[in-house]
Amino acid sequence: MIDWSPILLTFKLALITTVMLVIIGIPLAYGLAFSKFKIKPVIETLVSMPLVLPPTVLGFYLLIAFSPNSGLGRWLSEWFGFELVFSFEGLVVASVIYSLPFMVHPIQSGLANVPQSLKEASQLLGKSDITTLVRVLLPNIKPALLTGVVLSFAHTIGEFGVVLMIGGNIPHETRVASIAIYDEVEALNYDSANTYSLILFAVTFIILLAVFLVNNGRLNKKWL
Amino acid sequence: MIDINLTKTLQGPDGKMMLAVEAHINQGDLVVIYGPSGAGKTSILRMLAGLLQPESGKIAVNNVCWFDSEKNIHLKPQQRKVGFVWQDYALFPNMTVKENLQYALPRSQPAHILTELIDIIELNRLQDRMPQSLSGGQQQRVALARALVRSPEVLLLDEPLSALDEGMRVKMQDFLLKVHHQYGLTTILVTHDMAEIFKLAKKIFLLHNGKIFKQGAPHEVFTHQDISGKYRITGTVLKIDANDVVYVVSVLIGSQIIKVIATAEERKGLKTGDKVLIISKAFNPIIMKINN
Repeated sequence: MIDWSPILLTFKLALITTVMLVIIGIPLAYGLAFSKFKIKPVIETLVSMPLVLPPTVLGFYLLIAFSPNSGLGRWLSEWFGFELVFSFEGLVVASVIYSLPFMVHPIQSGLANVPQSLKEASQLLGKSDITTLVRVLLPNIKPALLTGVVLSFAHTIGEFGVVLMIGGNIPHETRVASIAIYDEVEALNYDSANTYSLILFAVTFIILLAVFLVNNGRLNKKWL
Repeated sequence: MIDINLTKTLQGPDGKMMLAVEAHINQGDLVVIYGPSGAGKTSILRMLAGLLQPESGKIAVNNVCWFDSEKNIHLKPQQRKVGFVWQDYALFPNMTVKENLQYALPRSQPAHILTELIDIIELNRLQDRMPQSLSGGQQQRVALARALVRSPEVLLLDEPLSALDEGMRVKMQDFLLKVHHQYGLTTILVTHDMAEIFKLAKKIFLLHNGKIFKQGAPHEVFTHQDISGKYRITGTVLKIDANDVVYVVSVLIGSQIIKVIATAEERKGLKTGDKVLIISKAFNPIIMKINN
């Protein structure tokens, strides 16, 4: 019988990361879609960096930044009691940064594609920007929201480099499925490596398939 | 009463263009802004609504200042009491007809205006439908009603009927008149349609290259040059046939081909593809009502 804790840990991490990304990603995408501040290109670049940067680079810098020897790491630990290196909390922070573009990009382009007149109509009806966002813009970009949520979730499941650098391989704490697979292969336990791999393969396939079906309108739209 | 005096540099079809308009509109009047595409008509409406910031000038509505570049006043769209109707309706696709109107209703305002408006636009039976399932004319009626929910001081209509077919457009003009008589709102309409102007407008502003170069009642503005005892129609020569002593010239006017008899003298210098002016006397044409 295999140890289920890496699988459960993986989904727990993906779930928490996705929830946090929804909270962070929507305001960020809104800002990038509609404002014209000067440093916008810089922020857009930073958000997109995890797409091209080797995960180990990101993991390495986060490791340095969060380590108790660094200013930031000490401050976090003294003021908030966060130990972000080799801990589950550290994994969450790293995953949020790593999956940020997968949440922000779809929402940003979704918002930018809503006809301008809808936003203006809401403003001229006396509604604040927040009301406009919640009641008019977001309900009209449901496919983009769903894409962002699912891609962030799936991408977090698939993390390896960042997790290895900042989380290590601590059972029940940072030993997620992708790490467990690597570990089992190293120990020549191909059977359990295969089991973990198959579970990840099946789950991510089903999730992505669901997104494509929904966005192509093949599933009943009413449940959305 | 609306007083505007605005300037703004616009990116027109032929490069940069200076929009500079000064106008006075009386309380309760329905006025039309008329002019070629790119003359700045929509920009004027957008500046009134607060969606576009002018470079300098003033906007005062019923003696309340909405914009003043010198005093640095620029009310947000939310603070201006404006009803705006777009050519593409801009109804919220995630809400039913009724919800679209409910969304516009401020909390402090009683809800009976919703039933009243739904009655006026005659969409009682369709109030629970989604906007996408309605016809263009029905959608535009909803958009008009939604613009009226907050009892605005000014109603701005940006080519509201140009996406509709001819029959529906005539019906919608009647709706606009009915609504105008009922609420007496100061209304500014942007349109290209001559029939609409003569039917609806009390006053018209002719806009060209960002300037108002003529204003007045429609019959005054258009009577001198465009309306006379002669019809002047422009067209393109498609074909010239010789026919014994005369020539038959086929001319394309709009999407219709008409035949015009020309003498040898008139035919001289005409060739296929030429732009021509056809003039006819007023007692010549036969006039007939079209039954829809």
